[in-house]
This record gives sequence, structure tokens and C-alpha cells, in this order.
Amino acid sequence: MREPALIRMLPGGPRMHLHDGPIDLILEANGTRHAVSAAYEAAARRFVSILDELCGELQLLRQAARTDSERPRGVVARRMFAAVEPYCEDCLITPMAAVAGSVAEEILEAMTAVSYLDRAYVNNGGDIAMHLRDCQWYKIGMVERPDRPSLFGSLEISAADPVRGIATSGWRGRSFSLGIADAVTVLSDSASVADAAATVIANAVNLPDHPAVTRVPAWDISPDSDLGELPVTRDVGLLSHAEIDAALENGVRIATLLRERGLIHSAALCLQKCVRVLPSVSTKSESDRGDGFPTPSAPELHAQLELARRTNLHA
Amino acid sequence: MPDVFPPDTVRCDACPVLCYIKRGHAGACDRYANVEGQLVRVDPHILLDRAKSQGTPLVPFLEREGDWDGKIMKGQETFVTAIGAGTTYPDYKPAPFIVSSEVEGVDMVTVVTEGIFSYCGVKLKIDTDRHLGPERNLVRAQGEPVGHVTTAEYGSQMLSLGGVHHLTGGSKTEGRVTCETLLDLCNGKEVELAIDEGASVRVAAGKPPVVNGQREERMRVGCGSATIGMFAKQWFGKVDDVVVVDDHITGVLSEHQAGKLLGVRETGIAIQGRRSTPGRYFQVAEPGTGWGGTNISDPLTILKPFKPKFAWPNLRLLMVSTTGEQFAYYELDEALHPVEKALPEALKESVGRIRENCEPALTMVLFMGGAGGSLRAGVTENPVKLTDSVKRKLTRVTCGGASAYIWPGGGITFMVDVTRMPENAFGYVPTPALVAPIEFTLKKDDYALLGGHMDYVRPLGDVLKEKERQRQLISHAQNPWPLKPNTGSSKS
Repeated sequence: MREPALIRMLPGGPRMHLHDGPIDLILEANGTRHAVSAAYEAAARRFVSILDELCGELQLLRQAARTDSERPRGVVARRMFAAVEPYCEDCLITPMAAVAGSVAEEILEAMTAVSYLDRAYVNNGGDIAMHLRDCQWYKIGMVERPDRPSLFGSLEISAADPVRGIATSGWRGRSFSLGIADAVTVLSDSASVADAAATVIANAVNLPDHPAVTRVPAWDISPDSDLGELPVTRDVGLLSHAEIDAALENGVRIATLLRERGLIHSAALCLQKCVRVLPSVSTKSESDRGDGFPTPSAPELHAQLELARRTNLHA
Repeated sequence: MPDVFPPDTVRCDACPVLCYIKRGHAGACDRYANVEGQLVRVDPHILLDRAKSQGTPLVPFLEREGDWDGKIMKGQETFVTAIGAGTTYPDYKPAPFIVSSEVEGVDMVTVVTEGIFSYCGVKLKIDTDRHLGPERNLVRAQGEPVGHVTTAEYGSQMLSLGGVHHLTGGSKTEGRVTCETLLDLCNGKEVELAIDEGASVRVAAGKPPVVNGQREERMRVGCGSATIGMFAKQWFGKVDDVVVVDDHITGVLSEHQAGKLLGVRETGIAIQGRRSTPGRYFQVAEPGTGWGGTNISDPLTILKPFKPKFAWPNLRLLMVSTTGEQFAYYELDEALHPVEKALPEALKESVGRIRENCEPALTMVLFMGGAGGSLRAGVTENPVKLTDSVKRKLTRVTCGGASAYIWPGGGITFMVDVTRMPENAFGYVPTPALVAPIEFTLKKDDYALLGGHMDYVRPLGDVLKEKERQRQLISHAQNPWPLKPNTGSSKS
């Protein structure tokens, strides 16, 4: 019983909710009334066929991307493949790692193609594609645990910044993770690129073979998972400060590498209340850590991200 | 993928991802899960709690977990609505939820689904005497035609919006705007409408209408003639003549039957317009948004000079509208010209009484739709039997727990007051068409007789166990409890 896509305006604001199968989008556009309604209509019209398009080549999209892989044909699927391709020689990654960001990006493009909007965003479960014109900006809150949403920091993205995509990955999220990060939030040129990068960095925040980490082969939970028999994180026990540091260090090392390759602008990594933000790869958290788990205050984090943004316009 | 799945793995067919879901897990969407080998929808799904008191705020399901002692399992206290239930369209499959519960010793079944209505619309009853526009003229939203002005009712103007011709028969924009307008009205939001050669109104279900920027406070107490009849005794002796200005029928005390019976003296008053019977005048002015639904702002414009044969200096005249919102008091000078004076204390009460007797003016929105083929097929293998059962009142039809009025004749065409339904109960699909919840409740025996999907009937207790995805609301106090067994005969 194929359910039709749900398209509705959310109460209490001009936000649109698009839902189809596992895809759940919230979007909002600002501009003239006419531009906004044209954008919403375009979003809805583009949306209704996306899931079917993706499912048409789902088998292919669930296979590890390789330089010699058969290329998918769909517009969104090609976007997914392009986003994961930079990693395909270094680690196992399937185009599914970028599905959320790619869908968000596709819908945003459908909106901006028909409308001259001041700003717009498409939020696909935390993976966000943004459009910003002139002096427009967005303030974005960040959560470290998607299951317990409370802000640990916020950032502002303005039209002058190169950032147009934000993605978050972690083992507590809806998708499986090979790593133990609670959340890795990444800023990139686009949502699809951010989505793939967040997955890769979150996987890298890890303590291999640690007894406090419970892992289960992906297909034991979800028989058709693209991760197959790879062990995915199901629980992480309390870790020592040194262990948290080591795990975050792994992630930061990869994130720095990705930044050098121009794939990301900045990233914030969270593990058991400890937060690292590029480029402050210093040992700041150690000095702070006398009594438990410090969290940088929002303004402090903001300043760090601010710094990251200014020093990292396209590496 | 492993070659062999555990035996109770299910394959979900709710979307083309076609997830394999293992027992105790959810699919990629987190909305469908495998509960003990059964594919179950675990979306937020609205349940109604039967409550004795009104006005209890929304209770999130989880907050009730603490005092969860099986009490709710009794069943009759909870009704599963179709809001968030999903739909099986366009497949002819059993409805997403078919729930059984025992009520007053009778086994009841509720078939719960969200219907997609391309044949649907809303009827708007706008309590105002103000002229909104000529009958049959187009009603527009955002410049697009979305409906028309239909036959006015007593004290109210009626609009008919939506319908298949606007939704899918016009331009794409017309369809989209119509769908948006219907959705907003059904979900209780304010909508701005403009009537060709008429007024612009802002309306929202259950709220006072705003006509040309002016909020309508009250409905008229009756037509001008009726008002004379109702208040003649209270005026008698305190004033020599009263004119109740009304676009429909303007009443004049001294000429009206009620005045004659009291012995009110002839005053020589003369009114513009067409006299119907003594003391009752049609068309004293043009329709409009002024006094009593006319276009006048100065009531003297409807008076012709007083006849000197009957009139006298110092004659006291009250002019008042049918809502008491507008009134003016005059006394004639030596030349028999009316001169406005302050309203005497003795008359204030009667004007106040007119106002008091006017009910608050509201806009009411009735959603009207027809349950078509695939929707009925989700209920029974033999759809015509469902129609028949509804007609014979064996099956109760509700929308989000609110009782629906079923039109006599063929099909299941129903109307429901959207203010009786939970908030944001409606959605839409880009067809464009509206998505509305609909529930069919009937005795389990009757359900079997009409060819119901008996294999899909699940006990209420099972549905309630999926509590983390449900929302429980208090039932609207004015709605009859949807699960109360019908008294109609179950013999068929």
C-alpha cells in the first residue's frame, strides 16, 4: 500500500512539511508573496517523484562507491554519488551516505530555479540546504544529541560566507554510524557534500575494539542496510577523559584533512559532552577539564566557528 | 544482504523503499515497525479521550505513562481517530487501522483511514446582514476563483467554496489556491476572500467575520419587521414611532400590525422603498455594509417628508438597525423636520435589548466531501454495503471524532463542522485534493455481515500499545461519543 506523499503547511508559520516514506523535509522561503508561493509549489511538485526516482536505482545506491562504479542516472542519485566519490578510494562509502543532503539540495534548487528568493532553507532531518542572497543570513542552533534536543551552540551563516550546506551525523541519529560521536556537524559548500563529510568524520570519531562500545552488524538490525555486515554502533558506555580525547582527536584529524581538500569549511565534533571545533585543534578542552565535562559556551563556540569560517574560505 | 532472514522479518510496502524489517525494529522511516511479526504503523496518531469535563488541555500520550495501569484498556474511553492514520489510496486494500473495542457489552469496530477528497469543498456561513456580493458571483482568494456566493440564509450570507471544478477543472494556479484556501479554512486559519462586485472578507472557522476591514460583532435579532413585533410593547408610550432599518424588511411601528394592536397613533411617516404589507418595506436602499445591511450611513435618507396631515411638532422618532449597533433619536421641529437628539434613558434599554438578543456573529465552516471508491474498499470488500449500512444508521461516520451529517440519496456525501475536529486535522496532496480523516464505527457483527476485512481487525489495546507515536486529546465536549453503540436494528 504505497502511501502518497504528504504535503502540508505547518501550523504557526509559513513552513512547509513534505513527507514521503523515509523522507521528511521542513522548508521555508522568504521573499515576495508571489515568489514564496511559487517556490513552495515548485518544491511540492519536485518532491512527489523523488522517492520513486531514488528507489528505482536503490540497489546501485546501496553499493560501495568505487572509481569504476557504474554511475547512477537520476539527478539526485548523481548528486549523491558525486558527494561520496572523493572518499571512495580511502574508505567504504555508499552513495546513501549523502542521500539526505542531496534530497534537500535538489528541492532547494527546484525552489530557487522558479523564484527570486531572499533566502530559503530545506531541512532534511538536520541536513540543511540553504539559499542566501545579498545581506541575508540564518542563525542555526546545534544539538549534540538528536534524541534530546538542547542547543550546545549556534552559528550564523550569512550570504557572504561560502557555506550553503550543513549536515550532522552521529550514532544516535536515524542512520547507522560506524563511529561513536554523539554528533558531528559540518559546514560545506552544499548539503550533499556536508552530508557525506559528516558521515566520514563521525565514523572516524572512534575507539576500535573498546569494550564500552556495543556494535552490531548492520544487517542484524536492518537486513537491507547498505552497510551490510559492518559493525554499527548501538551503545556507548561512559568513557574516560583520555578516551574521549583520543576518539575526538581521530575525528579532528580527518576533518582537518577534509578541510585541506576543500570538502568542508568547518566542523564541530561532540562526544559525551566534549566538543571540538575546527580549527582549534589545541588541547583547550584538557585545561578546562578539572571537574567533569565542560561544554564551550555558545558565544565561545560561535567565536570559534566564526574564526573557522574566516580563515577557511576554500582551502 | 544475508541470504536467509529470520522467519518473522516483514517487508514493508508503505513506500517504494520496501524495507525488510526485523521483529522489534522499525523501517528506514521510523514510522512502520515490525511488532511481533506484524507490520504496524507507529506515526503520531491522534486518539480522543472521553472526558467528563471540557477544556482539559492536550495531553501528550507519554505524560500519562506513569498512571498507566490498564485503565485505558477498557477501551470505550478512547477512540482512535483517522488523523495521522494514513491512507491506502490508490490501492484497494484494507484501511490502515481497523480497531475493535468493547463498548457497553457490544463489540464495536472502527475503520480508520485518511481519505483523499478531490470532490470536496467547504460551505461558509457568515453571520452578517451586510451585503457581501450578488448571488452567484465568484469568490476569489489571491485573485483566483475558488467558489461563489450562494443562497443567503436567515441572518447569514453563504459562500460555497472549492469543489472539483475549481480544484482540478481550472488552471493549475486556480487549483493550488483553491486547495490552499480549503486547507486553511478547514484547519481553522484565517483566509481573505474577495467577492466580485462585492465585499472583501476575512474569515476563520468559529471566529467573527471581518467585512471590508470591519469586525462583525453580532447577528441581527430578526428582520426589521420581526424586531418591531418583538419590541413593540417595550417602545409603546416611550416613543411615537420606530423605524427598524433592515436591508431585507424595514419595519415601521406605527403602521405595523404590532403597533396597530397596541393602539399606536398614525404619525404621517413616509418611507422610501416598496411597501410589502402595512409597516413592512422592501428595498429601502441598496444592499451594503451600512445600517442593517443597507448601504446607508444616514438613516434619514430613507425617510420622505412627514405628512402634515398626521405629523406633529415634537413627534419622537427612534431609528435603529436590526442589531442595535446603529441607532438615532429624532424629534420633529415646527416645520416637521427631524432633528437629532440624545437617546432618552427610557429608550436606551430597548436598544440595548436588541443588541443583547443578537447572537455573536461567527463564520462557520462545514467541510463537505464524498467517500469514494477506494476509500470504501478499504472498509469492506463490497463497498455498496457500506453505503447501505451508513444510510441505515448502523454505521456511524465521524471525522476526527466529530459526527458527520450524511446526505440522503446515493453515495456517502457528508458534512462536518471543522471546529468540532482536532486542530490541523486536514492535509493535502498535490493532485490537488484535500486529505481528511474519516472513521466508520459499527458493531462487529454488522461489520462481518457487510464483508468487512475481519482479518485486519485489531483490538484497541494493541493499537494503544504503540503509545510513543500517538497523541491523546480530550474529546470535544459537544460531540456525541463516537463509540456509543447505535440503537438502529442490526438485522439485515
